[in-house]
Amino acid sequence: MTDAQTSPVADRKIDRSKMAVSDEVAIEIRDMNKWFGNFHVLRDINLTVNQGERIVVCGPSGSGKSTLIRCINALEEHQKGTISVDGTLLSNDLKNIDRVRSEVGMVFQHFNLFPHLTILENCTLAPIWVRKTPKREAEETAMYFLNKVKIPEQADKYPGQLSGGQQQRVAIARSLCMRPRIMLFDEPTSALDPEMIKEVLDTMIQLAEEGMTMICVTHEMGFARQVANRVIFMDQGQIVEQNEPEEFFNNPKSDRTKLFLSQILGH
Amino acid sequence: MSDVHAQTVSYVRETMLPEAEPPVTERGAIKWLRENLFSSWLNAILTILSLFVIYYVLSHTLGWMLYGIWDAGSLTECRQIRNELYGEDASVACWAVLADRWDQLLFGFYPQDLYWRPVAALLVFFVAVSPILFEGVPRKLFYLTAAAPFICFWLIWGGTIWGPIVVALGFVIAGAIFRYGAEMVGPLLAIIGAFLVPILYWLLLAGPLTGMLNSIAPIGMQYVSSDEIGGFMLAFIIGITGIILSFPLGILLALGRQSDLFIINKTCVTFIEVIRGVPLIVWLFTASLLLNYFLPPGTNFDLLLRVIIMVTFFASAYMAEVIRGGLAALPRGQYEGADSLGLNYWQSMQLIILPQALKISIPGIVNTFIGLFKDTTLVVFVGLSDPIGFSNLIRATTDWNGIYWELFIFIGLCFFICCFSMSKYSQFLERKLRTEHR
Repeated sequence: MTDAQTSPVADRKIDRSKMAVSDEVAIEIRDMNKWFGNFHVLRDINLTVNQGERIVVCGPSGSGKSTLIRCINALEEHQKGTISVDGTLLSNDLKNIDRVRSEVGMVFQHFNLFPHLTILENCTLAPIWVRKTPKREAEETAMYFLNKVKIPEQADKYPGQLSGGQQQRVAIARSLCMRPRIMLFDEPTSALDPEMIKEVLDTMIQLAEEGMTMICVTHEMGFARQVANRVIFMDQGQIVEQNEPEEFFNNPKSDRTKLFLSQILGH
Repeated sequence: MSDVHAQTVSYVRETMLPEAEPPVTERGAIKWLRENLFSSWLNAILTILSLFVIYYVLSHTLGWMLYGIWDAGSLTECRQIRNELYGEDASVACWAVLADRWDQLLFGFYPQDLYWRPVAALLVFFVAVSPILFEGVPRKLFYLTAAAPFICFWLIWGGTIWGPIVVALGFVIAGAIFRYGAEMVGPLLAIIGAFLVPILYWLLLAGPLTGMLNSIAPIGMQYVSSDEIGGFMLAFIIGITGIILSFPLGILLALGRQSDLFIINKTCVTFIEVIRGVPLIVWLFTASLLLNYFLPPGTNFDLLLRVIIMVTFFASAYMAEVIRGGLAALPRGQYEGADSLGLNYWQSMQLIILPQALKISIPGIVNTFIGLFKDTTLVVFVGLSDPIGFSNLIRATTDWNGIYWELFIFIGLCFFICCFSMSKYSQFLERKLRTEHR
């Protein structure tokens, strides 16, 4: 396997001391099905995520991996089965949905920062309006997390003035400002230039080291290998295989997984 | 440098060249002229031709305007003065009509000794909108902004001061129910209550309450009826009220049209399509003639108010479509970003979606405002005397029979100044809000 040498995270020593998986269930998905019109996107998904787990979801495009994590914070509605996040059942009740969303941070492929607000305002908006945090306190929290993602000096700029990697780190900081218990990453590095991927992955590794529960849809197999405690392979709307990263990469069971791995790692 | 040197591969510069100015034809005014007016033979010819056209137009109108007569009591007097000054065949403007009928053009038949009241109302309006239009203005002025509609109403129409106060109280009641009712009876009931209670209050309680308060403390000014309001004052009242009311209504209609809720969606679509699909003049006739059939006999529903409502509805339908364009132009990611942070619908609209959508729609919004303001001249057809109506009245008098250009030029110029200022302000706003590339 050659990717270990070329991966941006390969040279980093990962501190696993706080990466403990607890018994507490963070997300529980039971027999979940989703259709887009008549198209059956997700079929009988069963997945339990414990607090502190770092899960990487991979699979070919159109396999439903993005849709899966978007269902977890109800950006997409599911039509059958149940999803409960931190004990809150996702139903049509808007209150439950808003509660789940404020507990679950989400990072998008295209950042989705608010271009009309400064970086600091992007970060303080949700704490002030959703959590009713006083403005001063929200700004302190925001600066703390901007420091953490290493761009405190950009606080007064607008998103349009930042590079892609910086914007994605702001997006991560913005989610963290809500003090989420779970973070969802939807292909966070896919829209970035190669040299910016590392800075974003570093931030994500740092989060993992602090014990954050994470579900990442990503094609960064180096990241999966080093940080994840479980890798899930999806195809045609189903979970085809899941395993610990070492086993998953070195000894894939299903033919579909083998083919996928040979295609993305083979070059 | 010799040719041999220039063609050898290795080369070392021995003296550095001093900085030089660009050639004469490439700098300053000459460059500008060359690039903009005389860049080719065809353009040079067109430039000269245009200069000639401008000269031709100005030479025929400038004198007419500048030598115009300001001091005369009637058109015949104007002509006499002209004959004395410039001879019979000279063509000069008779601006005297403006000087003579200035008051009426601005205020209509509004009582002359009360002219200060509409002027004061206009001043209150400008102070009240300043915190909305410009950032540097003290935020405390927003209190005045909230009170301004009632102050202006009282200043213009007069009557007892308790009328506007009692009406304003209805909004306070609505606000209180909305604010505190949510905790006591739940948000949905609070919203319904915030609509219904004030309406019942206005219909049933407001009248008697005003009468009672007035008998206790009769504070008031001379009442002026809507019939006496005319001229530019009328255009401003209809235009400004229409603009202020159609903006929020348009936003609500645009959001309603995007809504997933079937009833709200279809109601908004129907409203927009019906209002927009019928000419404004038809709506104005509906307001002035047909509504009387539907209202209970004996109700005296002010014509001016009816016209304002119709103009507002008409403009808000256009506004809704303009804003919908802005909403549609926003990437889906903005909605998802707001959702993923746990903001509820109104928060994400207020904080994320509308600021951006409205910014995109500024040109269209101001376009609608300008259209609305100019459309106020249509009210002449339902018998209100706006500036155009007044110019007809003035021309019907024996004094000024036969005068056309002067009045229409003046009216056109006034409208142009107002519309051009709105346009300039919108450009200022667009520049100020541009955050993407600065």
